[in-house]
Amino acid sequence: MDIVTVTGVFNETKNIKTIRFKWAGRSKPGQFAMVWIPEVDEVPMSISFSGEESGITVLDVGEATWALHNLKPGDRIGIKGPLGKGFSITGKDILAVGGGSGTAALALAVESAIAKGKKVRCALGAKTSGELLFKKRFTDMGADVRVATDDGSEGHHGFVTQLAEKLIAKKKPDLIIACGPERMLAALTEVAAQHKIGIQCSLERYMKCGIGLCGSCQCGRYTVCADGPVFTGGQLAEMADFGKWKRDPSGRKMHC
Amino acid sequence: MAELRTRIAGLEMENPTMLASGILGQTGESLFRIVREGGAGAVVTKSIGLEPREGHGSPCLLELDNGILNAMGLPNPGIDSFGEEMAVALKAGAPVIGSIFSDSPSNFAALARKMEGYGAAAVELNLSCPHAEKFGLDTGSDPAKVAEIVSAVKSAVKMPVFAKLSPMVPDITAIALAAEDAGCDAIVAINTMRAMKIDIDIGKPVLRNKVGGLSGRAIKPVGVRAVYEIAGRVKVPVIGAGGVYTGRDAVEYLMAGASAVQIGSAVRERGIGAFGIVSAEIAEFMKENKYKSLNEIIGLARGK
Ligand SMILES: Cc1cc2nc3c(=O)[nH]c(=O)nc-3n(C[C@H](O)[C@H](O)[C@H](O)COP(=O)(O)OP(=O)(O)OC[C@H]3O[C@@H](n4cnc5c(N)ncnc54)[C@H](O)[C@@H]3O)c2cc1C
Ligand SMILES: Cc1cc2nc3c(=O)[nH]c(=O)nc-3n(C[C@H](O)[C@H](O)[C@H](O)COP(=O)(O)O)c2cc1C
Ligand code: FES
Repeated sequence: MDIVTVTGVFNETKNIKTIRFKWAGRSKPGQFAMVWIPEVDEVPMSISFSGEESGITVLDVGEATWALHNLKPGDRIGIKGPLGKGFSITGKDILAVGGGSGTAALALAVESAIAKGKKVRCALGAKTSGELLFKKRFTDMGADVRVATDDGSEGHHGFVTQLAEKLIAKKKPDLIIACGPERMLAALTEVAAQHKIGIQCSLERYMKCGIGLCGSCQCGRYTVCADGPVFTGGQLAEMADFGKWKRDPSGRKMHC
Repeated sequence: MAELRTRIAGLEMENPTMLASGILGQTGESLFRIVREGGAGAVVTKSIGLEPREGHGSPCLLELDNGILNAMGLPNPGIDSFGEEMAVALKAGAPVIGSIFSDSPSNFAALARKMEGYGAAAVELNLSCPHAEKFGLDTGSDPAKVAEIVSAVKSAVKMPVFAKLSPMVPDITAIALAAEDAGCDAIVAINTMRAMKIDIDIGKPVLRNKVGGLSGRAIKPVGVRAVYEIAGRVKVPVIGAGGVYTGRDAVEYLMAGASAVQIGSAVRERGIGAFGIVSAEIAEFMKENKYKSLNEIIGLARGK
């Protein structure tokens, strides 16, 4: 574990903030870290900014994420990582589909694909216009960004998967990368299979160790922390749990 | 390749490596994979109790220079929902050993009965968790309590009963003898040792539970010593655990008197293939040194 110093906390949407810290972790797109907030908790977070000042982008949902939102420059937190296997970007035309805070997991992949000269289209979804994450960041990077909102306040009125289908119909991408609610990912993998497009999805499971030992993040035969969190369409098809079951901290099955 | 097939307390194993309890052993599919892809000769499940338990808060596991420090706190889904996991694990074809923990002889017996019903090849009594109040060392360090638990379980089930011991007692042979006298069929040694990590920049213990159990390389000499002492006194087989990463580590345990080894922490470095890799390394050591059977190695360092 590395103890790092927070350099800044930035508002992204009304309930999502980015925390930047001094840490040159050399993360590959799609990898994550276990983030220790001393005396509070340790939680998994996708690495959403790399370089000298790495960063995580956090939706406030409970005690640990609230504590992350309330960090101040100069505060110290612990970082274990980079962990897991990230995206492996192949092809020239990439469609990145992000739902809610899941978009954080796509950030480095979008950034590196554009840096490599690939054409990147993004379909971002959120409940409402004010909650869309990284619309400006991805646009500034040079991606073609389209959005969907549940309430119709901006872009496509409805699911981001419907928006993705429209974009696929317009031009078939070489690869889809995605992160968001698991039912969204399950629907998207079906769309990808129908159109015979390769897909890679980043999954979330309850994590304790983050390094493939404790088994709490098991999904089918894979550990999400060490074998994933990014899985290919082929791997997802083997996982009976995908889109259906996850496990609580005791290991009991519950619906996704 | 040298013959690695072995039989311990009636369990037929393709090789003498087993998955240690608590490492990826919580779901049927992961146990299945550790046999089929990982090459384990047998697998031990996560320790299961009567009720679902979330375990301790996070951070609950740290990688240290020489090992792993964990304070998982015995998270488990509870015995009643474990039957479906066992059913999947058993399809792999290797013996599945059900690990259980509890705070009373009658509850241990009830858990063992359920594990037997689920098809476990044997039951492993966790008498040695160093960081879960009431459920480990309190009982595991008292020979009389250990004997009482082993007897209760022996009279409840027909399958072999293994007792897993902690090294953190003044005389581990006294505990092993008490378990053997009460009828246990094999001794497993060792579980993790109480330990702590303080981060000096933060100025606090890192584990949420403050104290955890140390495993991995750091405890191998303790495990080897424990096996050497126990194997000199008991007649039942001893299964060694603690810091087995390579075939040479496994051979060291075998020479101390172990009939098989369990592997846990090494999965971090060598992946789930650790079992097949360690087995191949044991075979290679045997070939290089012209040993034909495991029996020639087991207990070699003790002069038999
Ligand atoms: C690989 C991975 C990457 C993630 N990346 C991000 C990210 O970039 N941005 C972001 O905002 N969130 C991310 N998450 C989710 C984030 O870890 C949880 O929102 C966070 O742990 C909630 O903690 P809490 O104490 O605030 O909430 P709690 O009140 O403790 O829990 C709220 C919900 O969060 C989830 N959760 C809690 N603890 C964990 C845990 N240890 N592991 C997994 N899920 C947990 C549970 O579903 C729970 O129902 C990621 C999760 C994983 C597994
Ligand atoms: C993450 C983790 C969880 C563990 N959980 C259990 C458990 O539930 N029951 C048990 O008897 N031992 C448990 N142990 C101890 C191991 O089974 C083993 O005895 C110990 O780790 C020494 O072996 P190793 O050095 O190969 O890891 C656990 C160890 C680790 C690292
Ligand atoms: S979180 Fe422990 S195995 Fe994935």
